[in-house]
Amino acid sequence: MSVLVIAEHDNHQLKAATLKTIAAARKISSDIHVLVAGHQCGAVAEAAAKAAGVTKVRVADGEALAHQLAENMGTLIAGIAKEYEAVLAPATTAGKNYLPRAAALCDMAMVSDIVAVESADTFVRPIYAGNVLATVKSSDAVKFVTVRTTAFDADDSNSGSAAIEAVAAVADSGKSRFISAEMAKYDRPELTAARVVVSGGRALASADNFKSVLTPLADKLGAALGASRAAVDAGYAPNDYQVGQTGKVVAPDIYFAIGISGAIQHLAGMSSSKVIVAINKDEEAPIFQVADYGIVGDLFTIVPELEKAL
Amino acid sequence: MKVLVAVKRVVDYNVKVRVKTDGSDVDIANVKMSMNPFDEIAVEEAVRLKEAGKASEIVVVSLGVTQCQETIRTALAMGADRGVLVETDATLQPLAVAKLLKAVIDKEQPQLVILGKQAIDDDANQTGQMLAALTGFPQGTFASKVDVAGNELTVTREIDGGLETLQISLPAVITTDLRLNEPRFIKLPNIMAAKKKPIETLTPAALNVDVTPRLTVVKVAEPAARAAGKKVASVAELVEKLRTEAKVL
Ligand SMILES: Cc1cc2nc3c(=O)[nH]c(=O)nc-3n(C[C@H](O)[C@H](O)[C@H](O)COP(=O)(O)OP(=O)(O)OC[C@H]3O[C@@H](n4cnc5c(N)ncnc54)[C@H](O)[C@@H]3O)c2cc1C
Ligand SMILES: Nc1ncnc2c1ncn2[C@@H]1O[C@H](COP(=O)(O)O)[C@@H](O)[C@H]1O
Repeated sequence: MSVLVIAEHDNHQLKAATLKTIAAARKISSDIHVLVAGHQCGAVAEAAAKAAGVTKVRVADGEALAHQLAENMGTLIAGIAKEYEAVLAPATTAGKNYLPRAAALCDMAMVSDIVAVESADTFVRPIYAGNVLATVKSSDAVKFVTVRTTAFDADDSNSGSAAIEAVAAVADSGKSRFISAEMAKYDRPELTAARVVVSGGRALASADNFKSVLTPLADKLGAALGASRAAVDAGYAPNDYQVGQTGKVVAPDIYFAIGISGAIQHLAGMSSSKVIVAINKDEEAPIFQVADYGIVGDLFTIVPELEKAL
Repeated sequence: MKVLVAVKRVVDYNVKVRVKTDGSDVDIANVKMSMNPFDEIAVEEAVRLKEAGKASEIVVVSLGVTQCQETIRTALAMGADRGVLVETDATLQPLAVAKLLKAVIDKEQPQLVILGKQAIDDDANQTGQMLAALTGFPQGTFASKVDVAGNELTVTREIDGGLETLQISLPAVITTDLRLNEPRFIKLPNIMAAKKKPIETLTPAALNVDVTPRLTVVKVAEPAARAAGKKVASVAELVEKLRTEAKVL
């Protein structure tokens, strides 16, 4: 049977998270359909049709889906889910919002945030802030799954040529209305996809410092910026910089933890990074237990020095 | 407006859990248990709505073993009015929790239901969304700001890339993100007062809900530990190591 992947997009562009989710889906089945739900999202459907491994793209295009409100997405997905053995969405804030709703409408369980596919019904997922990996088997007829995108490698060869067909869009629930979105504009790589991440913690001590100390280093490395919860809560960095159990999960080639102590909730979001560099003035800081390279010292002198040395 | 808040008893966030030697489950015997941090935020939000005159009554619900009473008492000490314990020793997965909460909601008829966005033990992030589906309520997940005006809620949500604001009609389900508020410290007199507040005990059978798990845990394991690396003495050495040893620059 086939697997349905729900596309992540902004009505214009197909997001990389979709390709990663397709990569997970290909471990379950070779017949992969992608649902593009949105408004005036034809370009996204065309991009999805080119994705490697996709056999069919289904487009639900309607005003009620413009902002992917969970009420409408849930009804749409639940309406077609039973045609599939599994329905996968990326474990982004979008997928986490609508997929449990769709699953419950079908009276089925959901498996969150998988990092591996063992077989068509068995998946591995982190629990307890990543301190434990659980292997879980689902007995439901349709497996509803969200996928931790950093755990799967996208095939971006664009070698697909799937057919595109329309699905009836759903009527608006009338219970929820999109008012506005304040999206940060970044001229740097997206955090979860970046090859290099420069993250700052409470030690940065102000929003001005966060910017003036970390930005030059990030610029030099072409890096994304990240932060600990403490830095976000204190207003030094925007909320979507947060890396960790309850923020984003990143797995770059190199992760710089600067003035971050290394609480388990933070490690949950970055300990799959290939190489971890820690800069901290406290040589006992737990971050050094996971760092490949550590420098003990004052970040305010070390970071500018590092930036110059690169 | 009546507000219902779901509070889960979980392993305290400071505890590093271990898996049992046979790999069947995590070992949580004798570890410190607390209210799920996101649920503390949910209770705090409800109490603030009551203090602002927007909520009339706060009912807290916890599902699980007898000791969930302690979690309910904590919520009562924060300012909730009464508690409901759905008592069971069974393993409860999010879909079952959502069904039980739906049954309690059918009895209690709250206008606003607040849950945490995620329980820090199962890290599922599902229950609020499932409950919204089962009740047919709209959902405002990952909320960092909630305003009640008449029959509507304005909810600011933390999403990848920024913030989104929705308007949803009541009755509704909200799930809390960390930055919605900062929970208060509980004062001793409030702990004493909470002892007098009522807690009703129900069971899944009495609510007519089948809680059989749909997911089986095949095994649990600790992830491969990262070996601690080395400390380098200078920036020059760091750069050199990153270039020639780690080969990531
Ligand atoms: C339910 C829950 C969920 C959570 N989710 C997350 C999450 O997703 N992500 C997350 O990050 N946290 C999360 N946390 C918070 C987490 O527990 C820690 O509180 C947080 O990560 C600490 O941030 P920090 O390392 O920046 O601050 P601190 O722990 O205060 O560490 C600051 C570090 O900077 C060092 N330092 C100070 N000055 C200097 C200097 N001049 N030069 C060099 N080093 C210096 C100090 O030695 C210290 O190690 C969560 C907590 C809870 C309860
Ligand atoms: N056993 C439970 N008792 C009370 N509330 C629960 C329980 N399980 C989950 N919840 C609620 O659902 C939220 C999300 O949990 P989860 O979907 O398991 O991550 C929690 O923050 C609680 O508000």
